[in-house]
Amino acid sequence: MGLSNTIYLAAYAIALLVLISLGLAVIFGMMKVINLAHGEFMMLGAYACVLCVDAGVPLWLSVLLAALALGLFGIVVERLIIRFLYGRIVDTLLATWGLSLLLVGGVTTLLGPQGRSVTTDFGNVSIGGINVSSYNLMLIAVAAAAMLVTWLLAQFTRFGLLVRGTMQDPVIAGALGVDRSIIYMATFGYGSALAGLAGAVLVPITGASPTMGLFFVSKAFITVIVGGHFPLMGTLAASSLFGAIDGVVSYRWSSVLGEVSVLVVAVVLLRLLPLGITGRLRRGL
Amino acid sequence: MSHQEFASDAAVPPSRWWWLFVAILAAGIALTPSYTDAALQLDVSVIFVFALLALSMGFLWGYAGILSFGQTIFFGLGGYGYAVLAMNAGTTLWPLVAAVVLPMLFSAVLGYFIIYGRISDIYLSVITLVVTLIFEKSIRSTSGPDYVIGSVRLNGQNGIPGIPALQLPWDAAAPLSFDGVFYLAGAAALLAYVGLRLLLLTPFGRILVGIRESEKRMELLGFDARAYKLGAFVLAAGIAALSGALYAIWGNFVSPEMFGLNQAAQVVIWVIVGGRSTLIGPIVATGLVQYLSGWLGTVGVGQVTLVLGAVLLVFVLVFPKGLLPTLGGLRWPRRRSRERRRG
Amino acid sequence: MEFSRRQLFRTASGALAFGSTATLLSRAGLAAAEPIKVANILDKTGGLNIYSLKQMKAVAMAVDELNAAGGLLGRPVQLIFYDSQSNNQFNSQYATQAMVRDKVDVLQGGVTSSSREVMRPIVDKFKGLYFYNALYEGGVCDRRHVSTGMVPAQQLEPLVDYVITEKKAKTAYILAADYNYGQITSKWIQKFVRAKGGKDLAVEFFPLDVTNFAPVLSRIQSAKPDAVYSALVGDAHMAFYRQFESTIGKKTMVLASGTYGAGRENAALSPQENDGILIATSFIDTLPTDAARSFVERFKKYSGETDYVGEYGEIGYRGMMLWAEAVKRAKSPKPDDVIPALGGTTFNGAGGLYTIDGQTNHTIMDIHICAGNTKGGFDLLKSFSQRQPADTQAVCDLHKNPNDTKQYEPAL
Repeated sequence: MGLSNTIYLAAYAIALLVLISLGLAVIFGMMKVINLAHGEFMMLGAYACVLCVDAGVPLWLSVLLAALALGLFGIVVERLIIRFLYGRIVDTLLATWGLSLLLVGGVTTLLGPQGRSVTTDFGNVSIGGINVSSYNLMLIAVAAAAMLVTWLLAQFTRFGLLVRGTMQDPVIAGALGVDRSIIYMATFGYGSALAGLAGAVLVPITGASPTMGLFFVSKAFITVIVGGHFPLMGTLAASSLFGAIDGVVSYRWSSVLGEVSVLVVAVVLLRLLPLGITGRLRRGL
Repeated sequence: MSHQEFASDAAVPPSRWWWLFVAILAAGIALTPSYTDAALQLDVSVIFVFALLALSMGFLWGYAGILSFGQTIFFGLGGYGYAVLAMNAGTTLWPLVAAVVLPMLFSAVLGYFIIYGRISDIYLSVITLVVTLIFEKSIRSTSGPDYVIGSVRLNGQNGIPGIPALQLPWDAAAPLSFDGVFYLAGAAALLAYVGLRLLLLTPFGRILVGIRESEKRMELLGFDARAYKLGAFVLAAGIAALSGALYAIWGNFVSPEMFGLNQAAQVVIWVIVGGRSTLIGPIVATGLVQYLSGWLGTVGVGQVTLVLGAVLLVFVLVFPKGLLPTLGGLRWPRRRSRERRRG
Repeated sequence: MEFSRRQLFRTASGALAFGSTATLLSRAGLAAAEPIKVANILDKTGGLNIYSLKQMKAVAMAVDELNAAGGLLGRPVQLIFYDSQSNNQFNSQYATQAMVRDKVDVLQGGVTSSSREVMRPIVDKFKGLYFYNALYEGGVCDRRHVSTGMVPAQQLEPLVDYVITEKKAKTAYILAADYNYGQITSKWIQKFVRAKGGKDLAVEFFPLDVTNFAPVLSRIQSAKPDAVYSALVGDAHMAFYRQFESTIGKKTMVLASGTYGAGRENAALSPQENDGILIATSFIDTLPTDAARSFVERFKKYSGETDYVGEYGEIGYRGMMLWAEAVKRAKSPKPDDVIPALGGTTFNGAGGLYTIDGQTNHTIMDIHICAGNTKGGFDLLKSFSQRQPADTQAVCDLHKNPNDTKQYEPAL
């Protein structure tokens, strides 16, 4: 139980936060849309993954398929609902809340209330004399990969350039001939895919159940708000801070204390930096 | 946000018809208990209680342009405040008063940070939402026997049951029964509605509307916009806290869900379904949404959430201005054009 | 007798009555008599519905079987169902509606202790009768309330006894959900572990939405207990059983739980994750008795579902039938007539003999120690016969204080 184990627990807690918040952060940072159905998007991703695995698809492929499916689902939602509501922040909130209820009710009706699992056989490895699930280590890698891919997309592709431009100044970007509608659609799809990825990759740990979104949504919210409006930097900063606090405090003392200390830090931070950690920054990602 | 979406009848004294409307409402509230059973009174009482909460948000948004998603902070504080004080004190009247005043003091502090920190726009909305979630989580983690205020255990997740109903000051032995709670909640909702409407006639109300229209202009005219906004914030917190205390009286229980995301989102829904341009809209919408979910729970439609979600989704896409303004726009096109000519 | 589930849905007095079709009633010659009304308030929707869905069908089945057998006291039984949507506000509204508008003779239901504490004062106020069908922390002392589920003393003492004497696992690490039930239950486990000569190494509480159990799994491995006791509850906490299996495994450490199975966790987890976990319960589908086999068979036919039924399904049937027996003894469905007849009422049910203890209005029952298997179910290891609700008996005596309505927290 030495330092190595503490580092592992902190890294794992950070990875979890990054996974559950990145999709929300991308959509909020880019479009100032608060997707109240974010948790349910994760839930759909989880079910997509379970259904794929049940059909005999290997887990890693199921996770990717789930992310892809949620990306497409996000695009459909954006076209059918969100795009009519740009600039009407509150209406998007209402619409996504309605969507979240609809999805919970719909999935319960179609697939039943009972949670579903997949069988994983990853075994465990010893860190500092303590067995940890190998899958948890992979989860840390997936979270890092999700951040990296998002950064590469934004930094090195033409599409990323357009997205960053639109984010910095939508009006000028529009005047320069950027089709904002397409940019928003794609961003929403990408954020949804990240939510789906998170839900799917968490299946071996949390399973899939219709109401699972509730467990994540307020954590994701607080992370995104404290992070501020730059999705990548904000998510990374807030997740690292909260994850490290939660991981270390939960390990040394208890889970309850871990959650409480995160909240206290969140309140203090919001007082000091009301627009979030990245709120004062003019440029960034 | 375009100006027409807000209450445009700002400083005009209400018409005779409005007073007649208020009188009919008052008579309706006075007469209902004689003709209905306790179950209906209970159902309608909770609608009045929630109407106060909706009014609190609707007023803040419609009059002062402050879009707070966290009125449940004060709703929950009011409920818990009444529960803890009344159960400790063994009496109920001053705990009710304190349950409104204490959250107002807290709102003054919170509002000071937010408004004087010049946080506005969506950040204000989201920060208030996060604060209410933080309250929810904190209250949820108080289930151990160490979390006691006076003689009352906070009870975490389970909430506090067995909260005493309000006792009449002249007869402490007789706690309010269903019709008493009905009168109390009905009177509170009606008074808050009338009071807020008449507030528009006062200088405070006019200045608030002025700030909503253009904060810069009002500051150039020498008004301290922040002080007025803080005043509105505290007033709205008081209304929400009253709603929370009445909720505790209504159901004899409080629980952490009062602070929760679901409750917070419901308030937003009432106000949006009702439309922010009137004060009566959110009240009507509260009644409709509450009635709908109460009714759905007894008719066996399968998943209530499925139906409710679909209704909301259709609503926001088809009636974006809210129910009453949309209906009003259909019914009174002539009057509006006449007003425009006059103007 | 052939009837599909769909046929059973019928609305009456604005509320969903499901149970007994008109043809069924007329065949039994009951259509003319005035019905005895039963309210069932459960969470068909929302996060708590994993505890409710089997139960509401089992209650409906009980009502249909009563009607098919000639009703109660020659009158048909009418079931009115209300969906409290996992929201206590609706528990309050529907309980009042049931008492005032529908004027029911008994109210059954409520899943959580908080929903019970919202509805119980309402039933008291309108002088009704309330059956609470769930396992809970014990201590409610109210003659208008009957608990048909297990309380800690009944359930946990045999479990701890089995773990320590048969599995030779003396040191214990206790995990519990962070609310009243978990707090009280964990104290009982500590007490029993010490009483049997074991040692409790640590007790930890987890908020109901925690899904990350990595920190506690590390701590457990450092503490090296012989057994881990879980009083974890709900969907999120199911993650613990998954993560336990992938890091420690039940081959190297005993995992015992009083709550596992109530939310049909065994049906949601994978076979390896279910395999070997020790539970104490009043009913499993695979009890080797004719009563259990017959109940499971009838339920599956009735509901059209083939998956695991479990204790929270059977307990709804148990509650209805115990009440019906009490009505027969009282020769009247009126609450104030039924209440004196409650004590000593017995029902020979699927999990064994159930007897209402008149001192506490709690239920004396058999407790079965079982182990999870790889088929998503449980195997019976040992049964403890006719366990008394001793914890509640220590603080509650309705014979002496018939007007008591408190919930006591047992002093330990």
